[in-house]
Amino acid sequence: MMTKAIFSGFGGQGVLMMGTSLAHSAMSSGYHVTYLPAYGAEMRGGTANCTVAIGNEEIASPVASEPDYLIAMNSPSLFSFQTKVAARGIVFLNSSIISDRPSRSDLTVYSVPCGDIAQDLGNTRVANVVMMGAFIKKSGVVTPEMYLKSLETIMGSRKKGVAEVNRKAFAAGFDYIKD
Amino acid sequence: MAKIIFQKPKSLKEKIFHYCPGCGHSIVHRLMAEVIDEMGIQGITIGVPPAGCAVLAYNYFDVDMIESPHGRAPAMASGIKRMLPDRMVFCYQGDGDLAAIGLAESFHAANRGENITVIFINNAVYGMTGGQMAPTTLLNQKTTTSLAGRQTLLDGYPVKVSELFSQLEGSAYIERCMVNSPAFVNKTKKAIRKAFECQKAELGFSMVEILSACPTNWKMNTIDSCQWMDDVMSKVFPPGVFKDVTKATKKAAEVPS
Amino acid sequence: MNKVLMSGNNIIGEAAIRAGCRFYAGYPITPQNELTEYMAEHMRKAEGGVFIQSESEVAAINMIAGASATGARVMTSSSSPGISLKQEGISSMAACELPGVIVNIMRGGPGLGNIRPSQGDYFQATRGGGHGDYRTMVFAPATCQELADLTMDAFDAADKYRTPVMILADGMMGQMMEPIIFKSPAPRVYPEKFMLRGAGSGKSKFIRGLLLDPIDAEEHNWKLARKYEVITEHETLCEEHNLEEADMVIVAYGTAARIAKGAIKRLRDHGMKIGLFRPITLWPFPELKLRALSAKVKNFLVFEMSTGQMLEDVRLALQGYAHIDFHGRPGGAVPTPAEFANVVARLYNKRD
Repeated sequence: MMTKAIFSGFGGQGVLMMGTSLAHSAMSSGYHVTYLPAYGAEMRGGTANCTVAIGNEEIASPVASEPDYLIAMNSPSLFSFQTKVAARGIVFLNSSIISDRPSRSDLTVYSVPCGDIAQDLGNTRVANVVMMGAFIKKSGVVTPEMYLKSLETIMGSRKKGVAEVNRKAFAAGFDYIKD
Repeated sequence: MAKIIFQKPKSLKEKIFHYCPGCGHSIVHRLMAEVIDEMGIQGITIGVPPAGCAVLAYNYFDVDMIESPHGRAPAMASGIKRMLPDRMVFCYQGDGDLAAIGLAESFHAANRGENITVIFINNAVYGMTGGQMAPTTLLNQKTTTSLAGRQTLLDGYPVKVSELFSQLEGSAYIERCMVNSPAFVNKTKKAIRKAFECQKAELGFSMVEILSACPTNWKMNTIDSCQWMDDVMSKVFPPGVFKDVTKATKKAAEVPS
Repeated sequence: MNKVLMSGNNIIGEAAIRAGCRFYAGYPITPQNELTEYMAEHMRKAEGGVFIQSESEVAAINMIAGASATGARVMTSSSSPGISLKQEGISSMAACELPGVIVNIMRGGPGLGNIRPSQGDYFQATRGGGHGDYRTMVFAPATCQELADLTMDAFDAADKYRTPVMILADGMMGQMMEPIIFKSPAPRVYPEKFMLRGAGSGKSKFIRGLLLDPIDAEEHNWKLARKYEVITEHETLCEEHNLEEADMVIVAYGTAARIAKGAIKRLRDHGMKIGLFRPITLWPFPELKLRALSAKVKNFLVFEMSTGQMLEDVRLALQGYAHIDFHGRPGGAVPTPAEFANVVARLYNKRD
């Protein structure tokens, strides 16, 4: 098994946290994993992205040739990365702010209005966790329990109550994707 | 019984100085060794000599020493002192070493208030390399690279290190001295002692700038050199105490809490 | 043993502190700032630990030289242009036989270049970099686990041979996160006689590299050369991957080796017999191992994120016994495994 995902969006949308929390839960689940963020001047323009590769064996390259998943939190991300996604790959779109759709017809698209869902939960900042709920449900790379545990570990030092909000956000995203 | 009134300081090795006749290095070496002896710190002193005429200082001082690349002595001394705060650490630097190539290192060591002592020999010329212009070369002074004399338009101005460093909040004690007369030599020794005491009391960066003759590269005899220091050099680089926090610290210590 | 997920820059810092490093000086430069920041936070928490943000890379290397002389384990880090500035001090440390670890998180060059991952500093790292007849040992990790292990090993090697040791990684490795386990470092062995701590009641010492008498200096140079010979004989490290029945061997290190592995995996599925030879020590270069390989493999492909630097060492090692191709991506360009696989496949099909 080898799963590769690109998370991309505006700086401040918590895109890097999406990657690190997935990487952490993959590690806790016993997989090999590599997380690679875009860094430096590239980030200064206000966009952020990261790649996570998860596998049963040693990860050869941290640079993902053809990611199976693209999680686009804004329109520029969709346009930047849709051409890189593997044939018949899966794209998750933050449909709260992305009205466009991929130009490739082989991709499966899940539109998740994670911004709106987060707003309904009373905290727009957890849109990323909503999206992770949807992603984990569909990809099944790690169990929801393992993911939430990692999320809590990563956010550990932050305010209490955050864990509860995150749980709710994750569940909302998870349930949004129908089996 | 005969009374010994003068002898070689313990902190100097049995070596004959290689310095030219009339050079100030040998005088300053001796003064430092006397101070080290008097303070009883020979066994806990670590020195960092420069690149320049005094590069062989480790042949003379009988204390632990380590060579640094040109100008980097204050950086190296910072590393040493931070790891061994109870040792006495000094840099011995010339004007090219401290005020040209190593200005960043000395400036920032002073600014960080590194608790080290810098002995700064200012002879207004590059000695070891054969008499080129130094950052402290005076206006109109002839050197092998300022043949018509230092010109402001071409070469800028002599750098006044003591004045500069005394402006830094990290510096604790800055004095400029000369070694061209017995009275001045005695005064210089007192300044060196005070600088070391300043370090011992952990007050921060201390530096003694010492105007020192280089008859060879000044192309003067030793007597003229000493005279020139009085008449010309000391007018551009006036001796005196530029910074002294020891008094303020003493006063503060006396105030009952 | 607990696995932890950390970024490469942080791993180097943590491994260094665990290995007993107690003095770090550095100057900010991308893409290694996280390491400097990690040391600022954690070195000051370590018992007896000192962190100085230096005024320049030049000052940093001399600060660690001073601290090293006192007997402390020391480290500095930078990225390519900053490593150029440190060369004066590295040469001086080699001359004075001062141990220390220098981390180079390489970026695109020459000049200011860019901040993308690159491998353009191979010559600088393996040829000494500064002036004079000296070498620095160079470790080239390719995974986060190796960043941890080799950082610890670098301190031991630096002590053992009393020489500066370089960790040569790139911007990607500095930023990348992977789960790792920190091994327990071995107890430090470093005789007090090499430390400069004040003479006490004993004889004073001096540490120097200046030897005005050419015969003394010649002897010192030969002494260093003998040391480098011992290192060359005993300290080479390499990884051999998929070499059984390989018709073609890719030679690559660090990030390039990982991209090559990804490419090999793809091509293996198409029946192409391609292996990887990955030097882990770049100096000493695992020359004999590579040469031995030429007895059965006649086609080699050197892949570097540069215009071809390690290529020269591969040529020296193979001595004309095999055909060598080269693929380079300098200036911070990083190919994907798929792109590189296309290059490899083309050459594989053309091979003798």
